[in-house]
Amino acid sequence: MPETEEAVRTAAGLDRDYVRDVFRAMLRARLLENKLSSLYKAGKIVGGVYLGKGQEAVSASLGTSLIKGRDIFAALIRDQAGRTAFGEPLIDCTRTYLGSVLGPMKGRDGNIHRGRPLDGMPAMISHLGAAVSVVGGMLIARRIRGELAGVVGATCVGDGATSTGAFHEGLNMAAVEKLPMVVIVGNNQFAYSTPTDRQFACEDLLDRAKGYGVGGHSVDGTDVLACAKVIGDAVQLAREGAGPQMVVARLLRLSGHGEHDDGSYVPPVLKSGHLGRDCIETGSNQLVESGYATAEEIERWRSDFTDEVQAAVAQAQQEPLPDPWHEEWHACATQTGRL
Amino acid sequence: MARLRHANGKTLTMSVTYVDAIRDAQEKLLREDPRVFLYGQDISQFGGAFKATKGLAEAFPGRVLDSPISEDAMIGMAVGAAIEGMRPIVEMQFADFSSIAFNQIVNQAATHYYRTGVPVPLTVRLPSGGTPGSGPFHSQSMEALYAHYPGLVVVTPATVSDAYHMLLDSVALDDPVIYCEHKFLYRWLKAPRINGDGLPIGKARITRPGKHATVVAYSAMVHEAVRAADRLKEEGGWEIEVVDLRSVKPLDMDTVLASVARTGRLLALGEAFPWGGVTAEVVSRVCTDGFHLLDAPPRRLNSRDTPVPYHPKLWAAHRPTPESICLELRKLLTF
Repeated sequence: MPETEEAVRTAAGLDRDYVRDVFRAMLRARLLENKLSSLYKAGKIVGGVYLGKGQEAVSASLGTSLIKGRDIFAALIRDQAGRTAFGEPLIDCTRTYLGSVLGPMKGRDGNIHRGRPLDGMPAMISHLGAAVSVVGGMLIARRIRGELAGVVGATCVGDGATSTGAFHEGLNMAAVEKLPMVVIVGNNQFAYSTPTDRQFACEDLLDRAKGYGVGGHSVDGTDVLACAKVIGDAVQLAREGAGPQMVVARLLRLSGHGEHDDGSYVPPVLKSGHLGRDCIETGSNQLVESGYATAEEIERWRSDFTDEVQAAVAQAQQEPLPDPWHEEWHACATQTGRL
Repeated sequence: MARLRHANGKTLTMSVTYVDAIRDAQEKLLREDPRVFLYGQDISQFGGAFKATKGLAEAFPGRVLDSPISEDAMIGMAVGAAIEGMRPIVEMQFADFSSIAFNQIVNQAATHYYRTGVPVPLTVRLPSGGTPGSGPFHSQSMEALYAHYPGLVVVTPATVSDAYHMLLDSVALDDPVIYCEHKFLYRWLKAPRINGDGLPIGKARITRPGKHATVVAYSAMVHEAVRAADRLKEEGGWEIEVVDLRSVKPLDMDTVLASVARTGRLLALGEAFPWGGVTAEVVSRVCTDGFHLLDAPPRRLNSRDTPVPYHPKLWAAHRPTPESICLELRKLLTF
């Protein structure tokens, strides 16, 4: 596998703790999502379950490169690994999926739409691409207050979201304002069931970065060390004042669009090819081969995270569900009487 | 604010236009609240398509920013800035163009507080309504669309003083506010000065007291309703009460119902298209909560159900006029 060897070489010299943190976030997210999938199949979760299987290396590299308490991360649909890396408490996820009233969304919104806006994690809406300009606004607010130095705002989109107006307007605005923003495009080959050749006609989505005057980077999204390097560098460039950076990661979604979708439209040749590699498996090998971790350490992490996931699910399952009779039903912060 | 000018040794009190009031409110907000900034197309050096931000970029460098022609991103940006504790005011060049930002307004801004508990204090200024020659894409009234969505406050100032105070109040609110300013009133409407502190958002005003019928109106239609009331007074001594809603969400049904209780008759008047909308809402609520107060079936009058026409002759007949309002009122009064 020449691509892997090359990636390992280019990644040589990556900070040991950084690489370990990236992989740990990936593994933790995967184990959590495996559990969510089984809960969904057991009928314990209402609404949809959307997994980031196959995109963990990209997402976790971004989340780990960002600084908690300072940076901004607008996570999207397949970003559990990035959320985990950016410090989202695991219980936030299980509470939201299981509808616990103690979760950040209190049962008012579900699954991946959760967020903690005041902690630099805006809550996504289903209209993907809409978060690009929201992150831009958070950065502009800090610029006006003179608090932008050293801050990065980041978001992820998929190949499908690059067809939306919101993505283009948001990216263009970020470029005009020269914002320290990183936009990751996870080109996972399908927007729901629609393949990329029905989604865009340019050769490479990276061309779009050039078109907007945004720094462009390409990476093999199945390669953990390559992701850690390229995405880490892109975040650093933005942080140092080089303006918005866009990273296009080539990968394959290893699950359906959601757990209700078996993804049967994905051709077997893609699944068995290079893009079909599971970044957790290849990453595990890469870490061991490159001396970032031992196989025993990885097994211990796996065991610890499995326990942690079980505990979070058990806790959320015992918590109170929303009660319509005690719901405040206030859509406005200002209570102006009968609206 | 009223400007004092010295000419020939005499002090003259100049009048304030509706658009002056909007500009002056923004100046006061920028001066007094460091969280406020303005964002919109051509609002910086150019001073805005209607000059509502004239001179503000020079006075407040870095806080009056030209945006790209990207209404979606403009509101997304404002949501992000508001989450961060700022008080952005976004100028849509024309209310009609806010359709591009519809998703960010109704899905991002409007749902945010309910979903997350974090308020989104942004104000969107929508230059609304028709003027002669403006045509289908520079004349629309969007207030009913936005009022439909929970989580938004929608205000429709009809007077110079309300234009001023309600903009200050809108920015002070912790919620996203759709501030519908009427383009026809920009320079046509003048007042000697800004009055007092105004009424709070959510409170309607009795613009003209009466006893034979109530016209519930808002924005520029308040002035057309008053003209119609003047005519009916001259014609037959009818006393028509005119209620200015001031904000369509919240909708002050207490004031509306109290007025209908006095007059027994209701005409709901709006410049927006007739299907659904604010007038339908007013009629529906009066029928539900005040059916026993009515001496005649309530009526409503809106624009015609076509896109807003370009030629001034067509436009003048498309929106309600004192003539068409009088016609409706006569039907109401003679029922």
